[in-house]
Amino acid sequence: MTDFKINHREGDGVSVIELKGYLDAHTAPQLENAFQTLLNSEKYNILVNCRDLSYISSAGLGVFMAYIEDVRKNHGDIKLTNLSARVYNVFDLLGFPLLYEIFKEEREAIGRFKVRPRS
Amino acid sequence: MKLAFSKTIESRTENLRAVRELIGGAAKDFGFSEEDSSKIALAVDEACTNIIRHAYHNRSDKNIEITVYAEKETFEVRIIDSGDSFDPEALKPVNLKEHLTAFRRGGLGVHLMKTLMDDVKYRSVSGRKNEVRLTKHLPQ
Repeated sequence: MTDFKINHREGDGVSVIELKGYLDAHTAPQLENAFQTLLNSEKYNILVNCRDLSYISSAGLGVFMAYIEDVRKNHGDIKLTNLSARVYNVFDLLGFPLLYEIFKEEREAIGRFKVRPRS
Repeated sequence: MKLAFSKTIESRTENLRAVRELIGGAAKDFGFSEEDSSKIALAVDEACTNIIRHAYHNRSDKNIEITVYAEKETFEVRIIDSGDSFDPEALKPVNLKEHLTAFRRGGLGVHLMKTLMDDVKYRSVSGRKNEVRLTKHLPQ
């Protein structure tokens, strides 16, 4: 059984990361690698679709915190979409809605990135 | 309090999911809602993660003892490790906005545990061990 899976696709000047399963201290390094790979390729418009994310702990949230500064320094952003109520609740308990834009659907989020490189 | 069960795991992050399932199931059997059971399981995940990372510095061959006590309206999880001790009083109260804005990592787990549970207590136990007690009461 796979605990956690990441799917990555590109489109419309935005890198979309889809998360599936359980994001905890065991699986957080996979998300770190995914963010690091995007930053290495100078991709700073990152949309994280959490539709199939069943669980998140602070170890997972820590990954978002670790990369947001670098991403914004480069005029990009990490935006989140499709959070389940349970996952949103953990984000909310730690005050993440103050710092991250969270949308219901991908299409709402895509239009909100500031710099849109030509695809 | 009455002992419900006890389990010792190795200090490996791949054990976290099984711990969550064990504790979440026990909390549900005790009478907590699905939502509250998930909160208790998350708090225990946070405690074990802190032990693995900070008490054992990611060594995977150490033990974590998890014991559940349940009586009347009270569900308590006691987690014992023999790693470096942790002084939660040394942590400043978390001002979330400041904390998040400063992009600091770590420290959020303890805040989350305190938010999810009714009571969180750290203490030293015999044999140079550390214990954290996570307590939650059934809603009235």
